[in-house]
Amino acid sequence: MITVGLYHFLVVSALLFSFGLYAVMTRRNAIGVLLGVELILNSANLNFVAFARYGIFSMDGQLFALFVIILAAAEAAIALAIVLNIFNNFRSINVDEADSLRY
Amino acid sequence: MNTIILYSLILLFLPLAAFAINILVGKRLPRKGDWVSLSAILISFSFALSMFAYMLFIRYDPDFSVEWRWLWIDLGDFVIELGILVDNLTIMMLLVVTLVSSLIHIYSISYMKDDPRYNRYFAYLSLFSFSMLIIVLSNNLFGLYIGWELVGISSYLLIGFWFEKDSASDAGKKAFITNRVGDFGFFIGVLLFFTAVGSFNYGDIIAGVDAGAMSDGLFTAAGIALFMGAVGKSAQVPLHIWLPDAMEGPTPVSALIHAATMVAAGVYMVGRIYPLFSPGALLFIAYVGAITAFVTATIAVVRKDIKRVLAYSTVSQLGFMILALGVGGYVSGLWHLTTHAFFKALLFLGAGSVIHAAHTNDMFRMGGFKKKMPVTFWTFLIATLAISGVPGFSGFFSKDAILASALEFSFAHPGHIMLFILPLIAAGLTAFYMFRALFLTFYGEPQDKEIYSHIHESPGSMTIPMVILATITILITFDQWRGFEYLPLVGEYAGWFQHLIHEPAAIFTGAAAMAESVVGHGASEETAHTIAMWLSIFVAGVGILLAYLFYLKKSLSAEKVSKSLSSIYTLLRNKYYFDEFYGATVIRGVLGLSKASAKFDDTVIDGAVNGTATITIWLSKASRWFDDHIVDGAVNGTATVTTFFGTRLRRLQTGTVENYVSFLVVGILVFFIFQAIF
Repeated sequence: MITVGLYHFLVVSALLFSFGLYAVMTRRNAIGVLLGVELILNSANLNFVAFARYGIFSMDGQLFALFVIILAAAEAAIALAIVLNIFNNFRSINVDEADSLRY
Repeated sequence: MNTIILYSLILLFLPLAAFAINILVGKRLPRKGDWVSLSAILISFSFALSMFAYMLFIRYDPDFSVEWRWLWIDLGDFVIELGILVDNLTIMMLLVVTLVSSLIHIYSISYMKDDPRYNRYFAYLSLFSFSMLIIVLSNNLFGLYIGWELVGISSYLLIGFWFEKDSASDAGKKAFITNRVGDFGFFIGVLLFFTAVGSFNYGDIIAGVDAGAMSDGLFTAAGIALFMGAVGKSAQVPLHIWLPDAMEGPTPVSALIHAATMVAAGVYMVGRIYPLFSPGALLFIAYVGAITAFVTATIAVVRKDIKRVLAYSTVSQLGFMILALGVGGYVSGLWHLTTHAFFKALLFLGAGSVIHAAHTNDMFRMGGFKKKMPVTFWTFLIATLAISGVPGFSGFFSKDAILASALEFSFAHPGHIMLFILPLIAAGLTAFYMFRALFLTFYGEPQDKEIYSHIHESPGSMTIPMVILATITILITFDQWRGFEYLPLVGEYAGWFQHLIHEPAAIFTGAAAMAESVVGHGASEETAHTIAMWLSIFVAGVGILLAYLFYLKKSLSAEKVSKSLSSIYTLLRNKYYFDEFYGATVIRGVLGLSKASAKFDDTVIDGAVNGTATITIWLSKASRWFDDHIVDGAVNGTATVTTFFGTRLRRLQTGTVENYVSFLVVGILVFFIFQAIF
C-alpha cells in the first residue's frame, strides 16, 4: 500500500497553485481572477500544513495557515469592493477592459 | 557781551541780511531794493562812526583792544574758534570800509540806473561789504580766510557784472584765477601755522611761535606763504595782472573794491598779523612792494584809458604800502592805506563821472571838460594833488612817511638802497601820470567836439559822494598841518593816527633788533624824514612840471620822446609783456597739460575701459558657448536619453492585468532558472 507522504501533499499543492495561476492569468472575469487567487492561497496553506506535519516546524505552519485564511477573508472583502467600483466605472467586470492606466 | 562786540556783530551782519533780501526778493521790492542795501550799509557806517568817535574822543588809548572768542567746532583735540578782535586798527579800517562803501552805494544809485540787473548789483555790493567786514573783524586766520575767499567771489561777480561783454567775463575769470594762485600760498601759510600751534587765533599763534613752536626757516617760509595771499589780493608783482583788467566792472565797483578796500585787504592782513613775519620775510615783502611800485608806475605813464591809469596807479600805491610794512614803517604803511582809500575812491568816482558823461574811457578823446563839469573837476583836482604828494594834502604826508621809513632802512642797511630809490622814482612818476590824466581830461582844447558837446555835470547823488570824499581827503591829515597843535579843542589830536596805531611787539629778537635799528636812532629818523620830504617834494614837482610841459604847454612833444625811446615805449605799452609771458608759459603749459591729460584720458583710460569691455564680451561669448553646448547639452542629453528609453519602456504599461501577472510569473521563473543554473 502506498503511504501518503510529504511528496504527495507537495504535488497536490503545486497542481492547485498552477490551476490558480492559470485562472488568474487567463480569466477575464474579475471574480474568476479572485477565485484563482483563493486557489493560490489555499495551495500555500496546504504547503504550510504539510510542512508542519512532516517537517521540523511543529505547530507554526498551522498557525500561519490560520492567519492566511483570515487574511484571505479580509482580502476577499476588499477585492469584492474593488470589483464593485470597477463595475460602477466601466459597466463591466472584465479586467482587460479596465485599462485606463495604460500608456 | 561787550557793547563794542555787539556793535561789531550788528554792523557785520546787516549787509549779509541786505544781501539775502536783495538776492531773493529784491526785484519785487519798490525801487528794486536799493534802499535795503543802502540803509544796511548806512546803519553799519553809523555804528562804525560811533566806535570811531569812542576810540578817538573817549578812549584815545593806543592799547585799546577787545576780543570775543566763539567756539565753533569742538571735536576734542580739534577745535576751531571764530571770533572778533576790535582794536584801533580794526576801527580805523571799519570806518574806511563802511564810509567808502556807503558813498559808493549812493553814487551807484545814479550810475547804475536803468541797469537790468539793478537789484543784483546792490545785492553783490552788500555781499562784498559783509565779506570785507569779516576780514577786518576776524580775530583768527580761519575767519580771515573765509572773508578772503568771500571778497574774491564778490569781486569776481562784480567784475563780470556785465557778462554779456566777453572782455568783462574774461576779466572776472582772470581775477579769480590769479587770486587763486595767491590764495593757495595763503592757505598753505594758514595751515603751517595751525599745524605748528594748533590754533587759528592771532594771539595764540603769536604766543605759540614766541614759545618756539616753529623753526626759524619754517617761520620765514610760513610768513612768505601768508604774504602770497596779499600778493594776489593786493595785486603785487607778479600777480598784479588781474587788477587793470578788473576795470571792466562798473566804475563804482572799481572805486570800492579795486581801489579803496578789497585790494587793501592784503596790506591790512600783513598789518594785522605783522609779528608773524620774520626779518627775512619782511625783506622779501619790501622788495616785492618796491618793485611793484616802480614797475606799475612806469606802465601807468603810457596808458590811454583813464581807468587803466588809475588801476596801475592803485597797484603802484599798494606797492608803496607793502614796501612800508616790509621796511618796518608799520604806521606809515597803514596810514597810506587809509588816506589812499579816500583819494583813490574819489579819483575813480571822478573818472566814473567823466565816463558816464562822455561814454568813453579814452583820455585822448576828452579835453577841456573843466568848464562843463566843475564839481568833477575840482574834486578830481584835489585827489590828484593828494596822490601826487603835493605838500599839504593827505597823500603827501603818508607817502612822505613811507619814503622816510625806506630811507631810514637804507641808512641802517646801505645794501638795500634800491628800496628807497625805486619808490622815489615811482613817486615822481605818480605825479607825472596823474597830472597827465588831469591835463588830458580837463584842460586844453576838446579833442572830440561831438563828445564835448553833449557832456554834462553828473547828478547830485554822484557828485555829493565825491564832494564828501574830497572833504575827507583834505581833512584826514589836517592834524599834520603846522600850527594845528595850537588850535583850541582839537589841538591835542595832532598826530592822532600815529598815536592810536602803533607797531605790535615783534616776536623774534632778530626782528626786534631790526626794528630797533630802523626806528631807534632818533637823529637818523629826523635826518631821514627831512631828506625824504624834500626829495619827495622835488620829484613830485619835476613830475608835475614835465606833465605840464608835455600835455598842457606842449613845448615838449610826447610823440618825439616816445619815438626816440621807442624800445622802452613799446615795452611799457605792452606792460612789460607780463600777460604774454603768462600766456606763453603758464596758460600754454596748463593748456598743454590739459591736452595731454585729455589724450591720456582718451587713449589710456578709455582704452583700458574699452579693453575691459572687449575682454568681458569675449569671456561672455565663451561662457555662453560653454553654457549652450556643454551644460545645455548635458541637460538635454539626459532628457533625450530619458525620452528614448521612456518611449520604449512605456509600451510595457498595457493596462491589462493579465500581462502584468504574466511578467511577474516570467520574472519569477527567470529568477528560479538563474538560481538553479548558478
